[in-house]
Amino acid sequence: MQTQRPNALFRNLTAKIAALPMIATALFVFVGCTLWTVYYSFTKSRMLPSDKWVGLQQYERLWNTPKWQIAVENLLIFGFCMMILSLVIGFVLAALLDQKIRFENTIRTIILYPFALSFIVTGLIWQWVLNPDFGIQQVVRDLGWQSFEFNPLFNPDIVIYGVLIAAVWQGSGFIMVVMLAGLRGIDEEIWKAARVDGIPRWRTYVFIIIPMMRPVFVTALVLIASGIIKVYDLVKAQTNGGPGISSEVPAKYVIDMMFGNQNLGQGFAASTMMLLSVAVILIPWAYLEFGRKKHG
Amino acid sequence: MRRLKAILAASTVLCATAAAAEGVKLEVTHWWTSGGEAAAVKALADVFGEKSQNEWVDGAIAGGGSTARPVMISRITGGDPMHATQFNHGRQAEELVEAGLMLDLTDVAEAEGWRDTINPVSLLDSCTYEGKVYCVPINIHSWQWMWMSNKAFADAGVAVPANWEEFVASAPALEAAGKVPLVVGQQDWQARGAFSVLLVAIGGTDLWLDIYANKNAEAVRGDAMAKVFEAADTARNLSANSNVGDWNLATAKIINGEAGAQIMGDWAQGEFAVAEKVAGEDYTCLPGLGMNEVIQTGGDAFYFPKHDDPDVTAAQKELASIMFSREAQVAFNLKKGSLPVRGDIDMSTANDCMRKGLDILASGNVLPSSEQAISQDTEQQMRDLFIEFFNDKSLSTADAQERMAQLIEQAD
Amino acid sequence: MADISYPTDARGAKPRRVMTKGNVILWSTLAVILAYYALPLYVMVVTSLKGMPEIRMGNIFSPPMEITFDAWHKAAFTACTGLNCEGLSRGFWNSVEILVPSTILSIAMASISGYAIANWRFKGSEVFFTILIFGAFIPYQVMIYPLVILLREIGLFGSLWGLVLVHTVFGMPILTLLFRNYFTSLPEELFKAARVDGAGFWGIFFRVLVPMSLPIFMVALILQMTGIWNDFLFGVIYTRPDQYPMTVQLNNIVNAVQGVKEYNVNMAATLLTGIVPLTIYFVSGKLFVRGIAAGAVKG
Repeated sequence: MQTQRPNALFRNLTAKIAALPMIATALFVFVGCTLWTVYYSFTKSRMLPSDKWVGLQQYERLWNTPKWQIAVENLLIFGFCMMILSLVIGFVLAALLDQKIRFENTIRTIILYPFALSFIVTGLIWQWVLNPDFGIQQVVRDLGWQSFEFNPLFNPDIVIYGVLIAAVWQGSGFIMVVMLAGLRGIDEEIWKAARVDGIPRWRTYVFIIIPMMRPVFVTALVLIASGIIKVYDLVKAQTNGGPGISSEVPAKYVIDMMFGNQNLGQGFAASTMMLLSVAVILIPWAYLEFGRKKHG
Repeated sequence: MRRLKAILAASTVLCATAAAAEGVKLEVTHWWTSGGEAAAVKALADVFGEKSQNEWVDGAIAGGGSTARPVMISRITGGDPMHATQFNHGRQAEELVEAGLMLDLTDVAEAEGWRDTINPVSLLDSCTYEGKVYCVPINIHSWQWMWMSNKAFADAGVAVPANWEEFVASAPALEAAGKVPLVVGQQDWQARGAFSVLLVAIGGTDLWLDIYANKNAEAVRGDAMAKVFEAADTARNLSANSNVGDWNLATAKIINGEAGAQIMGDWAQGEFAVAEKVAGEDYTCLPGLGMNEVIQTGGDAFYFPKHDDPDVTAAQKELASIMFSREAQVAFNLKKGSLPVRGDIDMSTANDCMRKGLDILASGNVLPSSEQAISQDTEQQMRDLFIEFFNDKSLSTADAQERMAQLIEQAD
Repeated sequence: MADISYPTDARGAKPRRVMTKGNVILWSTLAVILAYYALPLYVMVVTSLKGMPEIRMGNIFSPPMEITFDAWHKAAFTACTGLNCEGLSRGFWNSVEILVPSTILSIAMASISGYAIANWRFKGSEVFFTILIFGAFIPYQVMIYPLVILLREIGLFGSLWGLVLVHTVFGMPILTLLFRNYFTSLPEELFKAARVDGAGFWGIFFRVLVPMSLPIFMVALILQMTGIWNDFLFGVIYTRPDQYPMTVQLNNIVNAVQGVKEYNVNMAATLLTGIVPLTIYFVSGKLFVRGIAAGAVKG
């Protein structure tokens, strides 16, 4: 955009003033609080922030703690599955709904409504549906299949998938809407051309439509990924990290340390690790997005 | 922003003066929300309502200390504190006191002679920092109990056991009758507490003191502790099918006879009372697992964050004094199932189990709570270790023992 | 409702006759998927209408033998936490009082920021934008402590406006992203023409862009109303008990277990708390898709 006219400075000034709240948010809240957090991760802060410097001690302890190791492992499993499942389910559902099927509005609403519910509510509902004494397991057993075993929330090996079921239920509808919107934005001519060339429908989706929807996938990815790294309420409400410590996640470790252990330094060390991993992914993305191609 | 601040400050002053005329509204924050707990708070607030012009505004936050404490600490450090807030006995609030955020109650304590009437005195010591008193101990909660369902044992056709070994022997019969022998919920402090009780019962009081008070890691590595871990291994096998989260839902399994026993502090008694069960008939309590009868003097205390308004300060001191009064102590503790902090009151209406507790307390066989001995950080690390131990069979007793020893080495 | 409100028509294969092989597969797949999404709501509704004895005996999917609204009444008016036995009713108006200013302020801020970034890019604007996106990934809980200190320093801690500010700050990343994407997708000629006519920063925003941007404002509105209504953490930390939103009461009801877990009351409370966002979704689902279609997908 060519705003560099002689009187552009004044206009830019208005824009800058208008953008001040955003700049303040970015600088004071996000950058400021992040730096604050990083600084105190090198201290021996307990219940209240303190300046007693201990170097990397908090980080050493962090990586020697089984709870943190399990939390990181869980986040990787959960994050990977959540990413794939949300994208696949979101896209497939959107493609199905895009077939001009009947009751589209009803179906879309049914798939989308869980997004209106908070994670705490989601956790509660699925805790209840997956409860071994009342929920799915008992219902199937009552139908006559006595040996049926489906008790993810009390089985340490698969509990994270129990959380995953609930997370996908809550979030995939929104991804579907984003995908559907993307599909609706594809030019009719593309489909016609593909049909004329006799390309099977699934190939059209995989090789033509999906590459065209790159921006949609990027938006969806940002939405999913930011949700994954922040996952806390759901685990807190559904399993509270249990059984044992088998469904711990990093965000929960941070909170537990800050307020349960009253060890701010340790909590900040854990959150610094989380922020670092976000930055590692985000900075190359921002470079690609803004560094090379120029809009307008 | 400064103008905004001034306006806000002005409006607060207006509110405060308006409130002073009709008594101060005291916001009291706590995490007592289960049936028995809520009844106990009501008893306390009722006593306060009768004796005072000021008003009790209840700020209950459900979900236990881990949900409530972030709120409490944020509010206090944020400069908009409540007027009174619950913490456990011990070191949870020590930094807030050090930072000068809490009201000094020394004049109330001295005027009323708390030190003479409190029993045991160690409770007041926990409240004291640099010679000044900063909190009111309100009750004594002891972990050292096991609760058993008479119905479950009757259904299994075995007698109600009199100690841990008999209980272990009767477990197969319970299992055969479709009962969970030992119920342990999924909250981390439950597993941690169950282990502590086993430690005191099997390893003895001196071992406990050596570990927590002296922070002797070699004691953790010793043979006596190996035995304790073996017992804990038995306990985790007996509790494998608990499938329950909250402690009071676990207690409910004892109440309705689905499970044989629960190792839980005396607050479980409040649940039996709400369910109108009778000690000795419907359920049996076993102090110290029938092997080492002691009372652990954990429990709750109230702290009063500092406020500038003298009316508020006066009201806070009044509340502190009422909480320590005989009347409030009796009313509150009978409902809560906990023991009073005063040695000079008549608890004749207490039931069987509570009287057992009072007798042990009178005999002086007491032990501090782990929260009094170690920091919240170490305490929570212990909880993480034991909730993992109880749920993950692949964590061997030897590994768990070594990890506990390391935690004690690093403890502060 | 017809499909005409979409930017363009639906695509893909033409609709065929009913009961072809493809259709059977399509509908049976959809049936399984719909069951996954719909069952929890069904379970919630059914459970909330049962009495406790029936819940203990029956299975969770069976319809109530005897419909009772006791649980709803209890959840709304009599459920206790500590000494307060007013159920959820205590928090409803508080939630509204928090919701209205927070939604308005956060959308106003984010739309202006998105506009400034999209149409008036200045040196560094992309850096700030990247930082904002980074902010979207920060777990809220990490910020609790520094924000307490920040709010204390500006004297807003414990007041409604402090909470409004917090919601505005945390709504900003995703909303700014949406607005920015939407405004960049609008034809640039419009913007240039307005400039030629002599319109300034605010003139273009209010007279040209806002009237064209109803869909994206709807999306922002829906997202913010849901997010703020469902918030528990900020509501409980940055306010005081007389201002607690409904979700705090909800947490108190579902976590304050009195002997037995009253699943029917929990479910009724959950539904009651969810009514506002659920209604918004059921009523405005179509606008939502339309807005997303217009805003989120053009990067």
